[in-house]
Amino acid sequence: MRSKGIAIPYVVWMAIFVVVPLILVVVYAFTNRSGGFTLENFASMSQYASVFGRSFLLAFVATVVCILLGYPMAYFLARERGRLRQMATMLIMLPMWMNFLLRTYSWVFLLERNGFFNTLLETIGLPKLDIIDTQGAVVLGMVYNFLPFMVLPIFSVIEKMDHRLIEAAQDLGANSAEVFRRVIFPLSLPGVLSGVTMVFIPSVSTFVISRLLGGGKSLLLGDLIEMQFLGSAYNPHLGSAISLVMMVIVLVSMGIMNRFGEGEGEAVVL
Amino acid sequence: MKKTLALIMSLTIMAGLLSGCVSTRESDSTDTDGSGAEATGGVVNVYNWGEYIDESVLTDFEEATGIKVNYQMYDSNETMYSKVAAGGAEYDVVIPSDYMIARMIEEDMLEPLNFDNIPNFADIDPNLLNPAYDPENLYSVPYMWGLLGVIYNKTMVDEADLGSWDLMWNEKYADDILMFDNSRDAIGIGLKMLGYSYNTTDENQIKEAVDLLVEQKPLVQAYVMDEVFGKMEGGNAAVGTYYYGDYLTMVENNPDLGFYIPEEGTNTYVDAMCILKGAKNKENAEAFINYMCSTEAGLKNCEEIWYSTPLMSVREELDPEVANDPYAYPDEEIMAKCESYAGLPQNILDLYDSEWTRLKSAT
Repeated sequence: MRSKGIAIPYVVWMAIFVVVPLILVVVYAFTNRSGGFTLENFASMSQYASVFGRSFLLAFVATVVCILLGYPMAYFLARERGRLRQMATMLIMLPMWMNFLLRTYSWVFLLERNGFFNTLLETIGLPKLDIIDTQGAVVLGMVYNFLPFMVLPIFSVIEKMDHRLIEAAQDLGANSAEVFRRVIFPLSLPGVLSGVTMVFIPSVSTFVISRLLGGGKSLLLGDLIEMQFLGSAYNPHLGSAISLVMMVIVLVSMGIMNRFGEGEGEAVVL
Repeated sequence: MKKTLALIMSLTIMAGLLSGCVSTRESDSTDTDGSGAEATGGVVNVYNWGEYIDESVLTDFEEATGIKVNYQMYDSNETMYSKVAAGGAEYDVVIPSDYMIARMIEEDMLEPLNFDNIPNFADIDPNLLNPAYDPENLYSVPYMWGLLGVIYNKTMVDEADLGSWDLMWNEKYADDILMFDNSRDAIGIGLKMLGYSYNTTDENQIKEAVDLLVEQKPLVQAYVMDEVFGKMEGGNAAVGTYYYGDYLTMVENNPDLGFYIPEEGTNTYVDAMCILKGAKNKENAEAFINYMCSTEAGLKNCEEIWYSTPLMSVREELDPEVANDPYAYPDEEIMAKCESYAGLPQNILDLYDSEWTRLKSAT
């Protein structure tokens, strides 16, 4: 009884800031400007198929790159001891203390035609990088911004792994590649699944990265939705409908992923 | 496992909060409730374009009147409109452009001004009074005006290619072209290329203009608003389009830049100060508008942003070279090629929205 009393503020909080907004999204999605019921918002969705496709593709690529970069990083970090590890963890966390927008802006200045990297490359006589305002730059922005969300869950899983299991495998004659493939990697999967969730969801819904690094040319779902609320096309009803469809797709894909990782336990649906 | 996740999440949230603090501290005059006001004269909430004021004018106003200014910025008329239309934000003074004022008057979003409280209104250039967007001049006081044109980098663009809007469709400069990131201006350029009016309500003409923009898309480096400053000043793009006042700011930082008015014609605009319907601080807002029309404030703003001033006394005080600049204060020959935006009916606005989304989601 007592514990229930303590939970009340949280329930109220969740109701006001999670449930009510979701209800509003649903109401808006099924109404038109004059407030009547309509399915038109969903009927016009097919014209944005390319935006959906591009968003999911870029988010997928960014997630894969994050695994490829983040897994080894987390792995070596977890096996390191003492100062170096503290320093490295700190360095991974540090950028997150700065505003997301500022971090992304600084990439604009680094990658710009006559920006930092290109001036550097030019002075040492190398050809210029032409990456700004491309989809490549958008993926780079996503990877840079969301990489810590991949590294940290994997790191914590590997770090807590029972070392005796690894020793047992070694005693039974497994070489280090086999130990990794048959013991460490399967045991670290829950961390990877959490990491995938935490990178994929913000990537698929991000909006400012493509405007700043992609030159506003490769419109993503987040930009499309932002445009309906704050941008040139003011239509919150359509914006809500797009948000709703996106949420459903993300939930379904997370459901599939969790099934895939079932028995591994703790992948988190945000 | 769950603990670490919780830790990560809370750290992220904290990071968000911390960065939030930083951005409000940066301009501590942005708290909209005005609870931080130490002055006795109350507050006025102002919503203006970015890079569109000499911010010391705000301090001067606070010192002169004791009214605290909460100052916020937007980067397009459409952003301002959707913020205001969505409600929840309480602004007193907004500074939209002509066509948006027309739309807001029509939708009953503006409050008629009490001109007794704005004596400096007498200093406004009579040519700008009773404009098409506010025929009886009940709702608006001009803040700045100017022309739209093409900005190019002389070291990157051949002189022979200049003169027309089609520079922005020239394949020689593929990936070096900057286009407007808002529907009205971008589609407007398409319409002018085709020789149509900015204010056409012919759906086919608008679709034709957007087809032209879709054709242009592979050549465009980026769709920009104020990002154009950094890109043009840094020599990161060859061709862009923006307002003449902003060109004057850019050329100070990069003397290689040039400007021209395209032969097909261009847009002339007026941005004017208005008070929103139901504004809580109407008298303070009128005091603010009046102060902005003073010679002192007008001169400071004009010398900061270099747009054309509507205040006659300010123009007299300006350096004669600026005051007689043919693009800042154009003669009739140039004005004859200019057209301003008018308000459009709702069905055409909807068409603009869907056509704009079509352009932006095109591959």
